[in-house]
Amino acid sequence: MTTVFTILFDGVAYGMLLFVLACGLAVTLGLMNFVNLAHGAFAMAGGYVCAVLVNNQGWPFFAALPLAFFVSAAIGASLERILYRHLYTRSHLDQVLFSVGLVFMSVAMVDYIMGSSRIFIMVPSALEGQFDLFGVGIGRYRLMIVVICGLLTIALQLILSRTRFGSRLRAAVDDPRAAIGLGINVPQVFAFTFAFGCGLAGLGGALSAEILGLDPYFPLKFMIYFLIVVTVGGSSSITGPFLASLLLGIGDVAGKYYVPKMGPFVIYTIMIAILIWRPNGLFGRGAAR
Amino acid sequence: MSAAKDVSVSAMAGSRWRVSEVAFWIVVLACPFLFPSRYLIMTDILRLALFTLSLDLILGYAGIVSLGHAAFFGVGAYSAGLLALHGIINEPVLALIVAGLAAMVLGFLTSFLVIRGVDLTRLMVTLGIALLLEALGERFSDITGGTDGLQGIEMQPILGQFAFDMFGKTGFWYSLIVLFVLFLLARRVVHSPFGLSLRAIKNNPLRASAIGIPVNRRLIAIYTLAAFYAGIAGALFTQTTALATLDVFSFERSADLMLVLVIGGTGYLYGGLIGAVVFKMLQEMFQEITPQYWMFWIGLVLVAMVMIGRERIHRWVLWLPNLVIRQITGRKAAVAVPETDAS
Repeated sequence: MTTVFTILFDGVAYGMLLFVLACGLAVTLGLMNFVNLAHGAFAMAGGYVCAVLVNNQGWPFFAALPLAFFVSAAIGASLERILYRHLYTRSHLDQVLFSVGLVFMSVAMVDYIMGSSRIFIMVPSALEGQFDLFGVGIGRYRLMIVVICGLLTIALQLILSRTRFGSRLRAAVDDPRAAIGLGINVPQVFAFTFAFGCGLAGLGGALSAEILGLDPYFPLKFMIYFLIVVTVGGSSSITGPFLASLLLGIGDVAGKYYVPKMGPFVIYTIMIAILIWRPNGLFGRGAAR
Repeated sequence: MSAAKDVSVSAMAGSRWRVSEVAFWIVVLACPFLFPSRYLIMTDILRLALFTLSLDLILGYAGIVSLGHAAFFGVGAYSAGLLALHGIINEPVLALIVAGLAAMVLGFLTSFLVIRGVDLTRLMVTLGIALLLEALGERFSDITGGTDGLQGIEMQPILGQFAFDMFGKTGFWYSLIVLFVLFLLARRVVHSPFGLSLRAIKNNPLRASAIGIPVNRRLIAIYTLAAFYAGIAGALFTQTTALATLDVFSFERSADLMLVLVIGGTGYLYGGLIGAVVFKMLQEMFQEITPQYWMFWIGLVLVAMVMIGRERIHRWVLWLPNLVIRQITGRKAAVAVPETDAS
């Protein structure tokens, strides 16, 4: 019985991590209808920044995390200004080609600079091992992830629902044309959100090095996971992707535990089944633009 | 003149063989005599050309963006490999057709998933199917040979006459004939009323269904046909290299394929063929500069092509040939700029 709870806990931790990694993508897709397959590249950037700072420069882990966020956000912001903004009105094919190209470039660049082997981030000893809570084994690192990602999710929800920026963003997602008509600077809102989403991905990348593994092929390997979160969760609210990530996390961990031989088979089957059932995602709106 | 007759006249006019097309195939035929030592790479190009032709049918003509076209390539490759390995069908041409049919069945079954939903859902479903097959291949490693792939495939002579030789000469002619036959078929298909209706669907599905085109049935048909083509390409891969590994399903293969098609231009049949030649040459060049990091350059080409604009690049490339044709024949350019695709 306790293993069930351990799996559940690990699944939740994994799912929350996926949420932080992918929620930026949800906004990109929902707001600008931009298919950005390169989202994982920003996560990878954050992960490597954190790894270099902690392993080579001797920074404390918790000091390196915010920096991972800011570096990824800065990369995201500059790429958005230089490249992405020209492509918002182009066809999906162009967007796919462009972002796949970015992924390839990022993979080769990281491979060139950092080498192709998997990288580990030295985690403070306080976060190692696990402890028992009513007989359920709880990993300290995973607990930290749940806490950080949980706080982030609450913060995101508050920003989205309580602040002026949040209401602008929601208006822009709902109907960009009407939002522009009301005097909301949609491109600016979008640029900021894009950078913020990339920052979150970078933070997620730094946190996930321990669990998902970090190597140059990270953006390719996890691309499908981010896309699953967004397509299954829909892009109209933050709750949809959040629930989808939890579902995906728990499903993946449980699948790997109970039917290890089937590997990722379970997840892909579930995804395809859900998309057949509801092509716009479980929590999506009726018609997609 | 009635509308139906009008359409048939214009379709007939469009399907006439042009001088430039004949010239293209003469150049292709001349290649083996010009570069007799490079059969292997030329076979590679032909295979890629056939595979790209298959993607062009659904992407260029029907507007379905697929990120998992390697699924059908892989099914064709493994079918051909297994048929040869276990000696079920020894004759390569027959095995080729059976492998193509296997991919076709998969294409037909998955087409129902693909016609649902918007672009993003299609991307996900196609990508998911390819990944699913890759996972299956890993799971049933006793059949597929796992990451090592199928080993010890021995190909029998084609039609019992022409044995595969180590220089790849037989493989080359075999691939060329298969490509040409399938190209003729594709040419027939896209110039038929069926092909015209596909273009109508691509430009505007709603309008197409309003004028009475059964959109979903047409999409299923072309997707199934494209799967058949991809399966044949995969089977050719196995037969000419005597190899089938799990990377036939990989995402990189599907992504590279899109690049090939985009280089050549979508929506006209020669796009795939020209793209395959250019892509292989680029690949060789990049691999010579930086063997390990050629992915970077491929990525750069993709980004640059999108940023500059695909149509613009094709206009630049076609400027010289068009000028020459105009000077010689004194009429309007015969080499057309490929259709732009609707977003």
